[in-house]
Amino acid sequence: MYRYDEFDHAFVGARVAEFADQVARRVSGDITEDQFKPLRLMNGVYLQLHAYMLRVAIPYGTLSPKQMRRLAHIARVYDKGYGHFTTRQNIQFNWPALSNTPKILAELADVEMHAIQTSGNCIRNVTADHFAGATVDEVADPRPYAEILRQWSSIHPEFSYLPRKFKIAVTASDADRAAIQVHDIGLKLKRNDQGQLGFEFYVGGGQGRTPMVAKLVSDFVAERDLLSFTTAVMRVYNLYGRRDNKYKARVKILVHELGLETFKKEVEAEWAIIRHSELVLPAQDIAAIKAYFTPPVLPDRPEGLLAMADAFQVDAHFKAWVRQNCNEHTHPDYAIVTISLKAIGAIPGDASDVQMDVVADLAEKFGHDEIRVSHEQNLVLPHVAKADLPVLYAVLAKHQLAESNAGLISDIIACPGLDYCALATARSIPIAQAISNRFADLEHQRNIGELKLKISGCINACGHHHVGHIGILGIEKRGEEHYQVSLGGAADAATQVGEIVGPGFSADELPEKIEVIVNTYLAHRTSNDERFIDYVRRAGLDPFKAALYGQEEYAI
Amino acid sequence: MSTASKALTANRLSDGIAVWYSNSQGWVDRVVDADCVSTKEEIALFEIVAAQAILAGQHCDVVLIDVEMTEDGPRPLKLRERIRAEGPTIRLDLGNQAA
Repeated sequence: MYRYDEFDHAFVGARVAEFADQVARRVSGDITEDQFKPLRLMNGVYLQLHAYMLRVAIPYGTLSPKQMRRLAHIARVYDKGYGHFTTRQNIQFNWPALSNTPKILAELADVEMHAIQTSGNCIRNVTADHFAGATVDEVADPRPYAEILRQWSSIHPEFSYLPRKFKIAVTASDADRAAIQVHDIGLKLKRNDQGQLGFEFYVGGGQGRTPMVAKLVSDFVAERDLLSFTTAVMRVYNLYGRRDNKYKARVKILVHELGLETFKKEVEAEWAIIRHSELVLPAQDIAAIKAYFTPPVLPDRPEGLLAMADAFQVDAHFKAWVRQNCNEHTHPDYAIVTISLKAIGAIPGDASDVQMDVVADLAEKFGHDEIRVSHEQNLVLPHVAKADLPVLYAVLAKHQLAESNAGLISDIIACPGLDYCALATARSIPIAQAISNRFADLEHQRNIGELKLKISGCINACGHHHVGHIGILGIEKRGEEHYQVSLGGAADAATQVGEIVGPGFSADELPEKIEVIVNTYLAHRTSNDERFIDYVRRAGLDPFKAALYGQEEYAI
Repeated sequence: MSTASKALTANRLSDGIAVWYSNSQGWVDRVVDADCVSTKEEIALFEIVAAQAILAGQHCDVVLIDVEMTEDGPRPLKLRERIRAEGPTIRLDLGNQAA
């Protein structure tokens, strides 16, 4: 993985010292809250309902065991013993004292981490496919390009005060596990007919109060042109993006208002000026960054198949876990392991300090020192020998980390909601817990099959409800929490925004209504091979409306 | 019997913890120990306290909230403020509810 060079260390260290001085001046009264707030936000420090919240970037979701242990240490020493992994591959600590934040940032800098650009109207943490560098279905590891973008965008003077925040995601697979089409820029690494690497370049996706699927702005941007083309897009956005209304300030609105063809023409015109400038990526620079992402040397472990077969004989839970939570690796003796942070009834994305330490230990012992954070709020060990899976599973199970539910209905994405967030209008987590408990039976979950349920506690959609197969949006209605349900959303290669099924429900009603939706699908699917999302696409919302609201009401 | 009234709340600068205002004790950690006011004059005085707190700079997000008076003391009317006062509803071991 990427390692800081001298410049990186000096830069992050200087930033920590600068922030320590800013905190000291704020506490002593030398600067006001109005002056301080933008400074703390630039360093990832928010003020939430109960306390400050520190959001730490995990670039493209990649962590070393040492870094994970440091996160556990911060949770233990400076927080309340846990952290929350988010849909942008960040981690949030919910209770740090302001006076401790410089120390925390220094501890992070020590392990090559920071919280820079995890807030504000700048280019945020660049996210990537959490299976990158291990999965069989990618053309190449997309993370070197995410790292190039990270370096280029870090305190970029031209793009530090954009009209609004800006999110970039990168994938290299048709499956698109990075939800690229609901990002401001979505990049899909591909090869052209000549075998050269480049990107399908999408712009203008996003969720929030105006969900939009990104538009294809270029079918192929060569890898050497990544920064010049991205700069051209950013300049058009920076120049024409609306600053008069924050709700219309994202690039998706600009693309929509200008129209795709006009937007493309503006980008092409800007690109024509800069495409041969110093922004061209030299091949040796790309190679230098790629070298940091050289896959680990994975010795053959052919004994794995036998070891797994033996374990399958005696442990049905292990067998179920392997089937659900392990994915195919480029090396046939290895697997990509998803560690569910969604134990039945647990808080989605939360991990205790002990659990973080356990995952760090396992990554070191069995995972070639790599951990990933997924935007679906799980952890991933990308390189585990199949021969080691039984013992790995046993350790995970001891620590409530072995739920066999990856991709199933209880693998719920949920934002922190009104239990923590100052912006939220309703709680998300208790809804996730209630649905998880209602569908606790894993056999039933497996029978239902792939079903992505996502919950947001306000219209900002941090819980990605717009692209949930079942999406739930919590709102406040006459002083009470109320939940709108949408169906048919997806954030994969066929990204689409879900459609609201009808009038919403109270928190008490909701789990039963979700069951009605699921049972409607089960009753009508053509076979087990027709997934929930396939059925919604085929049948539309009518069968669900009828089941939820009754034929008579629905007829009105 | 409950009476609709106002309490003054803020987050403490040093640690961000939610606090409420008491005329006799200053900023307190528990909403039940806060004062609540209901007359125009009392509310105007709390607004002055709020302005002074902002100027003093040791508290953030200083606002008046709606509360009802109960036998135990003031209780926020809105769920958001009740969660601030008590702690996350999904972690009863955290916040004032854990004490």
